[in-house]
Amino acid sequence: MSKQEDKKNRRDFLFTASYTVGAVGLGATIWPLIHQMNPDESVKALATTEVDVSQVAPGKSITVLWRGKPVFIKRRTPEEIAEVRAVDLKDLKDPQKDEDRAKNPEWLVMLGVCTHLGCVPLADKGDFKGWFCPCHGSHYDGSGRIRKGPAPVNMEIPEYEFVDSNTIKIG
Amino acid sequence: MTLNRLIKLTLSILFVVLFSSKSFAAGSNIENLKVDWSFAGITGKFDRSSLQRGYQVYKEVCASCHSMQYLSFRNLGEKGGPEFSEEEVKAIAAGYEVNDGPNSDGEMFTRPGRASDKFVKPYPNVNAAMAANGGAYPPDLSVIVKARSGGANYIYSLLMGYEEKPADFVLDEGVYYNKYMEGNKIKMPAPLSDDLIEYSDGTKASLDQLSKDVTTFLTWAAEPHLEARHKTGTKVIIYLILLATLVYFSMKKIWLRVDSEK
Amino acid sequence: MSDHNYVPESKVGKWFNDRLPLLSLGAHLREYPTPKNLNYWWTFGGILTFCLITQIVTGIVLAMHYVAHADLAFESVEKIMRDVNYGWLIRYIHSNGASMFFLAVYIHIFRSLFYGSYKSPRELIWIIGMIIYILMMAAAFMGYVLPWGQMSFWGATVITNLFSAIPLVGESIVTWLWGGYSVDNPTLNRFFSLHYLIPFLILGLVVLHIWALHVPGNNNPVGIDIKKPSKDTVPFHPYITVKDIFALLMFMIIFAGFVFFSPNVLGHSDNYIPANPMVTPAHIVPEWYLLPFYAILRSVPDKLGGVLLMFGALFVLIILPWLDTSKIRSAVFRPLYRQFFWILVIDVLALGYLGAMPAEGTYLFLARVSTVYYFLHFLVILPVLGFLEKTDPLPASISEPVLTGGLSTSAAKSDDIK
Repeated sequence: MSKQEDKKNRRDFLFTASYTVGAVGLGATIWPLIHQMNPDESVKALATTEVDVSQVAPGKSITVLWRGKPVFIKRRTPEEIAEVRAVDLKDLKDPQKDEDRAKNPEWLVMLGVCTHLGCVPLADKGDFKGWFCPCHGSHYDGSGRIRKGPAPVNMEIPEYEFVDSNTIKIG
Repeated sequence: MTLNRLIKLTLSILFVVLFSSKSFAAGSNIENLKVDWSFAGITGKFDRSSLQRGYQVYKEVCASCHSMQYLSFRNLGEKGGPEFSEEEVKAIAAGYEVNDGPNSDGEMFTRPGRASDKFVKPYPNVNAAMAANGGAYPPDLSVIVKARSGGANYIYSLLMGYEEKPADFVLDEGVYYNKYMEGNKIKMPAPLSDDLIEYSDGTKASLDQLSKDVTTFLTWAAEPHLEARHKTGTKVIIYLILLATLVYFSMKKIWLRVDSEK
Repeated sequence: MSDHNYVPESKVGKWFNDRLPLLSLGAHLREYPTPKNLNYWWTFGGILTFCLITQIVTGIVLAMHYVAHADLAFESVEKIMRDVNYGWLIRYIHSNGASMFFLAVYIHIFRSLFYGSYKSPRELIWIIGMIIYILMMAAAFMGYVLPWGQMSFWGATVITNLFSAIPLVGESIVTWLWGGYSVDNPTLNRFFSLHYLIPFLILGLVVLHIWALHVPGNNNPVGIDIKKPSKDTVPFHPYITVKDIFALLMFMIIFAGFVFFSPNVLGHSDNYIPANPMVTPAHIVPEWYLLPFYAILRSVPDKLGGVLLMFGALFVLIILPWLDTSKIRSAVFRPLYRQFFWILVIDVLALGYLGAMPAEGTYLFLARVSTVYYFLHFLVILPVLGFLEKTDPLPASISEPVLTGGLSTSAAKSDDIK
């Protein structure tokens, strides 16, 4: 009786072990099939872009492509800076100081993608002297913060740094 | 259902495969030189310093005629390759002028290379390369080791195979005698010789050393994931053997029910 | 398809099964009575299913990165090999997978030839199998074109030119196949499209192949009809499944050996040279699995004759069930056929070897002899043998054989095979 049970246990163990080891292998096989869809080495290598901004006049902005998305680089005038810095944080849907968004107040570097559903907002449009998204009517101010409309949060600030006074490296 | 029969089955499969693959051995009339490469075998790995020296040979000698258009500078720093440091890769890339553009004025311009750039080609296109080399196109070297039967041994042999032509052998102007080239005629003059360059790591740059290093480099270039492949392969096969053992005993148990019935 | 009355236990299961009897199908597949003396040569059906699924899955993944354009195809393959995450692994599985697929299918076909599995009542299984085999060759050929290397380009040129042998309309057909006046970008594009389509046709035919198999049930090494279910049979699950899985793992070890340790040994180095319409490689050879047919093609000094004979070599296989006149299935009980079987194996291997050699001198002569023997086997030897051969007495059942004892019948068989 106990001998039989012992035999049965061993058989169960063998089957369980086979199933477990088999399942682990199946899982390990699936990973390459999933991971192949992630950005490949050449895409990752291009993930930084250097931009020469010496030609941008105060009050003007340029748009550059980074990781396939537009990045707005705006050279703000002192009036524009003063205006966005004077805004009461209580009036904001996604409260954030302009000081935290633009390390160098003269330059606003921002991912030009509406946080609602990914359209590109138009410059110098909307009710807040900033950007306006034509798709579903989101209004952003001169710091790229959401003020009105369906977008939930402010436009994203990418990682960037000034390599020298004329060159910005994004990413 | 004995193991014995399984071994026989496996052997017969292997026989068929080997038989069919052996029939491909291309008809070169001379045996290539054989080198005991560090990357050969199932645990083979590249010799890091040999790869770095090999890149130096490519850069200072081969690159004046041969492109490697599928490689990027960043590859030189990747795992399993020469593994130059990030700074070294940047410095290597910055040493090249790369065409880019158009800029906002619509002009093409040159800028220092970046790690993400492809290797710079010596000629803008195949025709230009042919025109500059007496009508012979210096082949792209990205996958040359896989594109020649005999692989690394053949490339090494070719580099070592320049010698005086036999007295009765007729050669045209601009054609050279090589022991290992098909037909023994090659349009590339002997590219390497003793002390042709000075290795930055101080290794003596003999013809043999130069040939071995550049062949190692070209082998990596053709198969950049060779080390990962060997490593994964070993794990996969160990795993399969383990699982097969478990399944074998499970099978024995299951079939015991039938075999004992009789 | 249901040959029993399966009733699901749960209410939901019953509700579902009454509307779509998938659960009945599952029960049928589990309980399907299978001869208990099947040897390892019978595991290749399962292995082939694995091969097909592997090719489809890795192929779909590769198509996410591959660019079907004459200027970009070679580069995109290099990108897969260098930059795409695990791209090298997936591509090597796919390219070596084609070879493993053919290796398995050849063993499967010769298993059928040895044990007479193509004979009544299994003729349709055999014919569907042959159609699958022909589609496999088409898929493999078009897949080989996609990397757009030298062998891709010149293989495509040579194979498509076969159709120019057809009188009157041949040239127009070739131009139509090419979509131009040579193999070029339009050809590559349509080959990619068809290469993606064919595996799914094969998948459909595999379903029919298995369906047709489940009507009469499996043949077995003894080759006699058996009662099912009976003492001679076991349920498919777990007996056959566990055995199939074990054999599959052995197969995968060999497969992995190629993929990880010599991934390019079955290919041709010229295919790592980008296609060049102005230079033909010195030696054009197809992939190893097509070599026997290539040898037959080249052994005829006439263009149309060679093409006809090559397709004829496939056609005799399709009508094989009616060429073999013997009522006895298994070669175990056919002492003469057994010997001719092995001569055929050697003949086909020889054709494969000769297909890779230059078509001249002794090679050409031997290829011609082998070609003649190939047709002789199917068209003369097999029909005549059925009348002349004195076969050994058959056992009454698998469990109670008259001649050899017990389960050792199957062991005796595999001894015959080696």
